[in-house]
Amino acid sequence: MSVERERKIEAPVIECKAVHKKFLNLAGEEHVVIGDIDLQVKKNEFLVLFGPGQCGKTTMINLISGLLPATSGEITVNGKPVTGPGADRGVVYQTINLFPWLTTMGNVEYGPKIRGVGKEERQKKAQYYIDLVGLQGFEKAYPVKLSGGMKQRVGIARAYCNEPDVLLMDEPFGALDAQTRYMMQEEIEKIWQKEKRTVIFVTNNIEEALYLADRIVVLSNCPATIKAEYKIDLPRPRSYVDPEFLRLRKEITSIVDITK
Amino acid sequence: MKEKKYTLISIAAVAIFLIIWQICAAMNPGGMLPTPVAVVKAFFLKFTDKNPDGATMLVHLGASLKVALSGYLIGLLIGIPLGICMAWYKKFDWFARPLFDLIRPVPGIAWIPLMIILFGIGLLSKSMVIFISSFTACVINSYSGIKQTESVHLWVGQIYGASNTTQLFKIAIPTALPMIMTGMKAALGTSWGALIAAELLASTKGLGFMIQQSRGLMRVDIIIAGMAMIGIVGALLGVLLNLLEKLVLRGGRW
Repeated sequence: MSVERERKIEAPVIECKAVHKKFLNLAGEEHVVIGDIDLQVKKNEFLVLFGPGQCGKTTMINLISGLLPATSGEITVNGKPVTGPGADRGVVYQTINLFPWLTTMGNVEYGPKIRGVGKEERQKKAQYYIDLVGLQGFEKAYPVKLSGGMKQRVGIARAYCNEPDVLLMDEPFGALDAQTRYMMQEEIEKIWQKEKRTVIFVTNNIEEALYLADRIVVLSNCPATIKAEYKIDLPRPRSYVDPEFLRLRKEITSIVDITK
Repeated sequence: MKEKKYTLISIAAVAIFLIIWQICAAMNPGGMLPTPVAVVKAFFLKFTDKNPDGATMLVHLGASLKVALSGYLIGLLIGIPLGICMAWYKKFDWFARPLFDLIRPVPGIAWIPLMIILFGIGLLSKSMVIFISSFTACVINSYSGIKQTESVHLWVGQIYGASNTTQLFKIAIPTALPMIMTGMKAALGTSWGALIAAELLASTKGLGFMIQQSRGLMRVDIIIAGMAMIGIVGALLGVLLNLLEKLVLRGGRW
């Protein structure tokens, strides 16, 4: 009985079984982007998918978010197979894609609004997440008036505000300058510590991966398969110059071959 | 300070134009070109004087505005939704496009003779001409506005569970707003132009009619005063649209 309950708690939130994805390229040839990925993500785990440039990480995010169907294999979220996009999964994209015609508040409350949540309730919720990402005072600002880092904070608050079980982040800081990127890495960790969610975070930046991950899954280049897995037990918040951090950084970098 | 300097440059341009006009009028041997002062006089006199065409400036202006705005508004009401639907619904695009592509290259004023024969020279025929003139710009601009919708925005909508219709109203149409506004401005220009053309040919009232009558009577001062009125009102309508745009696009143009 207790074993069973234990198993229930340990049941993965996201499960990918033998996931394949093929595309047809312009010449009409089949092109395997994702080759046989098995992946399990536990509740409130911060999983980083780490891999070189065009290795299919974004495709993986699109498969889990349900925007693309897998060619074969199965993806389940909380035991339910993914058949299309759903509110149980929130996505933060690399391209900053706030709605320019809406204010910070309008963007953050967007998900609950679409689902028909009453104004007072959704604005209260939105305000909570706006405060969480440190944007109090900017509720009425339009995206034009916000810096890149601030825009991505709004994007994170927007994803959080829909209260998904799973947060998918596709290189969310890829478009930011180095300085802002460090700041946002610290920020996202703080946010995640406060509001734990199951996260799949995609990046090609090893420092970012090591700073944030509970577990790093290293992908090989096209077709993407799982090359290695690292459980990162370093205490948080981590230091970029910790000897173990540097050792892991060297080790993981050495197994990622950018050319293949 | 600098702004002020530039304002002076603008004033100087107007002044130079008026001086050249004055010189030309003075040198004009036939005496057909009135001086700027004479035109200004005629302009203000026309507000109270019904001569020579039977109505005051404001009556003519009112008649013109009624035609222009009625046709323009119908053009917006039909053109904008049409463009949006063509851009969003593929089948509808295939249905409407051939018709639209045939109508589009025919200038609004080419419809004047047909409209006169069908509907006479009253409000209806001219409204129809204005409608056709403004509708094309509305369709084209709202069409391309909707086409600019970014797929990543639609993804966000889909992830939050937005239906196809919700995506249209909450994502695509907001995206298209700046282009729709551009279409409204372009349509205003073409419909104002078509209006005067229609009135020159067929009417009993309106600024175009006033100008046409004055031509017969060689009253060049009234012709130019009428042209000035057309310019002023056209510019004012443009300013109103710009204000509307500011109101609608509070997040700036995107």
